[in-house]
Amino acid sequence: MSWLLALPIAIPFVTAVIVYLLRNRALGRWISLAGSLASLAASAALMVAVLRDGVVAAQMGGWPAPFGISLVADYLSAVMVVITAITGLATAVYALGEIEERLERLGYHALFQVLIAGVTGAFLTGDLFNLYVWFEVMLIASFGLLVLGGSKEQLDAGIKYVALNLVSTLVFLSGIGLLYGVTGTLNLADLHGAVAAVEDQALITVIAMMFMVGFGVKAAVFPLFFWLPASYHTPSFAVSAVFAGLLTKVGVYALMRMFTLVFVGDVGFTHEILIWVSALTMLTGVLGAAAQTDFRKILSFHIISQIGYMTLGLALYTPLALMGGVFYLVHHIIVKANLFLVAGVAQKLAGGTDLERIGGLYKSSPLLAALFVVPAFSLAGFPPLSGFWAKFLIVKASIELGEWLIAFVALFVGLLTIFSMTKIWGMAFWKPHPEGIEPTPDRVPARIRVPMMLPIAGLAAMTVLIGFFPEPFVQFAETAAVQLLEPAAYVEAVLGLREARP
Amino acid sequence: MESLTALLVGLLVAASVYLMLARNFLRFLFGLILLSNAANLVIFAAGRMTAGAPALVPEGASVPDGVIGNALPQALVLTAIVIGFGLLAFTLALTFEAYRRLRTLDSDEMRHAEPDEGKTEAGR
Amino acid sequence: MNSIIFSAGARILVALLLVFSVFMLLRGHNLPGGGFIGGLIGAVGFIVYALACGTAEAKAALRVSPEAIAMVGLGIALSAGLAAAPFGEALFTGIWIWVGGDSYATAALKPNTVLVFDVGVYLVVLGSIVSLACAFEEEV
Repeated sequence: MSWLLALPIAIPFVTAVIVYLLRNRALGRWISLAGSLASLAASAALMVAVLRDGVVAAQMGGWPAPFGISLVADYLSAVMVVITAITGLATAVYALGEIEERLERLGYHALFQVLIAGVTGAFLTGDLFNLYVWFEVMLIASFGLLVLGGSKEQLDAGIKYVALNLVSTLVFLSGIGLLYGVTGTLNLADLHGAVAAVEDQALITVIAMMFMVGFGVKAAVFPLFFWLPASYHTPSFAVSAVFAGLLTKVGVYALMRMFTLVFVGDVGFTHEILIWVSALTMLTGVLGAAAQTDFRKILSFHIISQIGYMTLGLALYTPLALMGGVFYLVHHIIVKANLFLVAGVAQKLAGGTDLERIGGLYKSSPLLAALFVVPAFSLAGFPPLSGFWAKFLIVKASIELGEWLIAFVALFVGLLTIFSMTKIWGMAFWKPHPEGIEPTPDRVPARIRVPMMLPIAGLAAMTVLIGFFPEPFVQFAETAAVQLLEPAAYVEAVLGLREARP
Repeated sequence: MESLTALLVGLLVAASVYLMLARNFLRFLFGLILLSNAANLVIFAAGRMTAGAPALVPEGASVPDGVIGNALPQALVLTAIVIGFGLLAFTLALTFEAYRRLRTLDSDEMRHAEPDEGKTEAGR
Repeated sequence: MNSIIFSAGARILVALLLVFSVFMLLRGHNLPGGGFIGGLIGAVGFIVYALACGTAEAKAALRVSPEAIAMVGLGIALSAGLAAAPFGEALFTGIWIWVGGDSYATAALKPNTVLVFDVGVYLVVLGSIVSLACAFEEEV
């Protein structure tokens, strides 16, 4: 068990060490790709084990829970690890085409692998302080990736990104300290019981709010999202695809974990706040996007509005809603990473991301246009693509609870998403290029074009697959939601290890 | 001891918020450093202030003798200090590089990533 | 810094600090000390050297780039953690081999993965701090 859980974290780390030492050679990028493939294999093996056993847990260093560090994988963790590996592989292939040698020499591949290791670690850990450490691993790698290359925009964006993320980290850290002071434990499974046993539940609610703010900044929810649109459009496209796909989702995952496993004593208060935060997140994100005319800035604001749907799934706190939230999480990572990758190709072909200065992509690159339509329509929630099912579950859950206003907001935001996507479609693809250029694919050599198009096609195929055969994915999300709402199996898997050891 | 520490944490947070409200990013960074220390103190105090010995097992014994301090929060604080040090050192390097390239640390003037539409249109 | 006294004194000081850093690394087994503090002291040694003779000479004295040292250290620490697996233990369990005895007290030599892990930490800390300090020193 120990191996299964540790490998998805260890492989990217080992790869990072090797590719850093080989950063001046072309071999490095192939080893990075091989490492991503190996991570995918390891996470698939973990997924198989989780499908068989329900929850898989292991103790690092042989120290029994709740004293040692636990690694735990339930359905939610396992699917997040697999989707991380898939996104990692897709961007590793993409990077073969996009990332120049200059960035490779600065250690791009090593930072990328460390980022993947950090994200995977955050999904698998069963210990609160360890979660903090993985957040930091992820952060330091993302700082490096964000400013790698050092253009003025990147430095400016980097300052804002670093500043706000560090504040959130410190709020999170203080929350950990206070929670330890109240309960005397940091193991998530142990906290489940320990928090419920605390007499002064008001204190727990205060601490819960600190966690909500800390993770809320990471997840980019309503009043705390300003760092995201300030930074995500500045690094290279492979980097912004990984950021867009994975980083905010780690925040959402942490919210889901903490507010189903630990902070469930005052659902009427904490989750009610989350409902309104989610609604405002959806609205501000989509309205912000409507005002933008840059390909990547529009997509950045849409990350925020989509985060709202996921936190709404958590906030409504019913099996159906959580199921929708989990489904949304998976669907969104694929779709959003893909859209950023498409933006990268559009920039290479048409010479920019400012929608007013590009155009003509539909006529000269119909394949790219088709591959843009799939994730874009999925994001907006067109049937039968994956986004439709995700939105359908969330809206249905809110109607079942009688939250008509929320359901209306969710549908309305979907409508505005279509507006933004058609804006990109009309300006980048439909209208002729303002400078009369024909952005045909052969403007970019095949050596660069092919690795950039491959992952886009692969991710689009996944979107279509989930859309046409949603049944197994929905069932999976349902089991994940049930596990979240009834964490007995999770607690048992971690703390049961205590008896298993002699 | 606990109340004194709590007061100190409050003081540090107040000072850091004051610094972080400044427009100059370097002041913001100093505020972050203070906030980071406040968070470390919170963890340290969470392990309860006891006048105990270090949690070391004497030679030949298998349990420490007498009253010992809670070692876990100390380990956590040490980890947090190390991580905080790394992040803040990186931020300082980034700040310096940003100052060198952008010639300013005034957050109102740092608009390279998000140009102020009205201003840049006129300035173009 | 152009001070003859400092640069002459630095040479002795650096040697002392480096020896002391290795002492702290090995002592950290059962007493306060260890890879982290050892690495810090070692890094201070190189920083003193860089202040006295310039970063170029300090980097030349290290022979390998400090970033590479840090990454190799990370690799060593990782492999020490993963080494527990062939023994059938949970990852990151310390593996001890007693040479010339059958317990900790009687064995003459005690090769173990904990020390390897500590050496890895030592290199990570040394490499990353020296590289950061050099970056600052070169910029200012």
